[in-house]
Amino acid sequence: MSSKGVGLSARQIISKLFVYLILALGSIVVLLPLQWMISTSLKPLSHVFRFPPEFWPQKIVWENYPNALTQLPFDLYFFNTMFIVILCLLGELIVSSLVAYAFSRLRWRGRNALFIVVLATMMLPRQVTLIPEFIVFRHLGMIDTFWPLILPSWFGNPFYIFLLRQYFLTHSRELDQAAVIDGCSRFGVFWRITLPMSKPVLGAVAIFSFQFHWNDFFRPLIFLLDQDKYTLALGLRFFQGTYGTEWNSLMAVSLVVMLPLIIVFFFAQKHFIQGVVFTGYK
Amino acid sequence: MSLAQFVKNQGGFVNVNIGYKRGETVLAWAMISPWVAGFLLLTAFPMIASLALSFYKWNIISAPVYVGLANYHKLFFTDPLPMHSLKITVIFSLASIPLNIVFGLVIAMLLNTNIRGLAVFRTIYYLPAILSGVAVAILWQWIFSSDFGLLNTALRVFGIEGPAWLGSKIWVLPAFVIMRLWSVGGGMIIYLAGLQAIPTDLYEAAEIDGANWYQRIFRITLPMLSPTIFFQLITGVIFTMQIFTETFIMTNGGPANASLFYLLYLYRQAFQNFKMGYASALAWVFFIAILLLTLILFATAKFWVYYEGESEGDD
Repeated sequence: MSSKGVGLSARQIISKLFVYLILALGSIVVLLPLQWMISTSLKPLSHVFRFPPEFWPQKIVWENYPNALTQLPFDLYFFNTMFIVILCLLGELIVSSLVAYAFSRLRWRGRNALFIVVLATMMLPRQVTLIPEFIVFRHLGMIDTFWPLILPSWFGNPFYIFLLRQYFLTHSRELDQAAVIDGCSRFGVFWRITLPMSKPVLGAVAIFSFQFHWNDFFRPLIFLLDQDKYTLALGLRFFQGTYGTEWNSLMAVSLVVMLPLIIVFFFAQKHFIQGVVFTGYK
Repeated sequence: MSLAQFVKNQGGFVNVNIGYKRGETVLAWAMISPWVAGFLLLTAFPMIASLALSFYKWNIISAPVYVGLANYHKLFFTDPLPMHSLKITVIFSLASIPLNIVFGLVIAMLLNTNIRGLAVFRTIYYLPAILSGVAVAILWQWIFSSDFGLLNTALRVFGIEGPAWLGSKIWVLPAFVIMRLWSVGGGMIIYLAGLQAIPTDLYEAAEIDGANWYQRIFRITLPMLSPTIFFQLITGVIFTMQIFTETFIMTNGGPANASLFYLLYLYRQAFQNFKMGYASALAWVFFIAILLLTLILFATAKFWVYYEGESEGDD
């Protein structure tokens, strides 16, 4: 019998300690790869291949970072990546919220049927459409430009439409109606009421979009050829091909490529978590 | 369970038979027009085009030649690699998805026990889930290094001499499963939110009735969480089957094609060998395979997914 009294029984204390122990061990396991990454990135190459391997670098070589980063036109790749990521993010935010508004706050015939189509496309593996898409962009002369990477984002993303719609549905309809009675247009309601009330979910969409396009490798690999147009992901892959076994340099560059995401995560953690919760709950 | 029912259970499937206004309908179509255009240009047309293309032989430069079912015949009967890569992709998914769900659930349940430092633990477990792509693949390639890698170094602490992981035909798939487990926090955070939404009076009632922890988990927690788990399962299948970057970076399909996941093979046929017709056939077979898996899961849902009362969110 567990009691709801003031003190905890010995059994409860032991089980609580056990929970902490497991969670702490798990945390170590989760963080170890990152520690390993940092540690390797600071070792001289001769120490990287020492046996047995050192968990902490015995000699710290900060120069690994500037040395590795100057091997790549890092600033150019960073700029290319940011350019693509920001334009994709804007497109996905604007278009997906417009579409989601129509699917949640407006009444029109065919709404439910079309929403099923949105959900079905959410579940469609993009590779099925990739080859014709490649051919179309090739006909348009857009291979080796940023267009094939950016344009699709401006047609709305089904996943974000779903997410935003779920959120918009939680708003009360009375508020919309009151605004309409006061002479606000339907679009005005969307712009002045729905969007400002939806900052958390818009933040979540922005972060997801940033994360996805920052990490994306498949589409840049297919659509970009010229090294000057590479994103960081492609640049990193090229670097790996050239410096395949210089693990200290590879870890340094990889860490730098991850860093913006980690920073965004720490500053916007709340939005991250909220957003994930919107997507997966029920 | 049908897709329509699934949508209904997601909430907000409104009854809109009453009171349409012309202006609203026009505005609605204006607002969804980018999506409609995108659906037609980037989904519907390419799907039909790739189906048509799958009956042709085409190297992208010369004119396409109609070959009937030859691409499909090759895919199923003469070229051994498509079915091999489909098989290992399914095996990998069957191992990776349940393990991620179980670990995610266990961590979420441990975090949901009124512990201190919840936010710190949650951040730590969730962090790897935001990282993916080339940088993570390179990191894990180094971790799996047989002599100098982190994993075998850690195993040696326990007196175990680890395998060559990415260099071993047997261990390469388990290596990918382990790597994917690192991002278990993505699911964990969703389960945690689901757990926190379960009304406590259910547990209080169960306690009064004398239910033990085992009964509480299997009679309350898991049924209440089953829609969340189901959603994770469906998206997990679609997401996991599409593994590409890791194998492209870490093994390039090796050793001896042991990690030649389906998309890597498709990529090679389409964008390295420029066999656009054959690759389209590959894409369609992949699509059907994922669809079948998803439909099987939907069919099982009525036996284990529990939806509480009516859907919420109707307006």
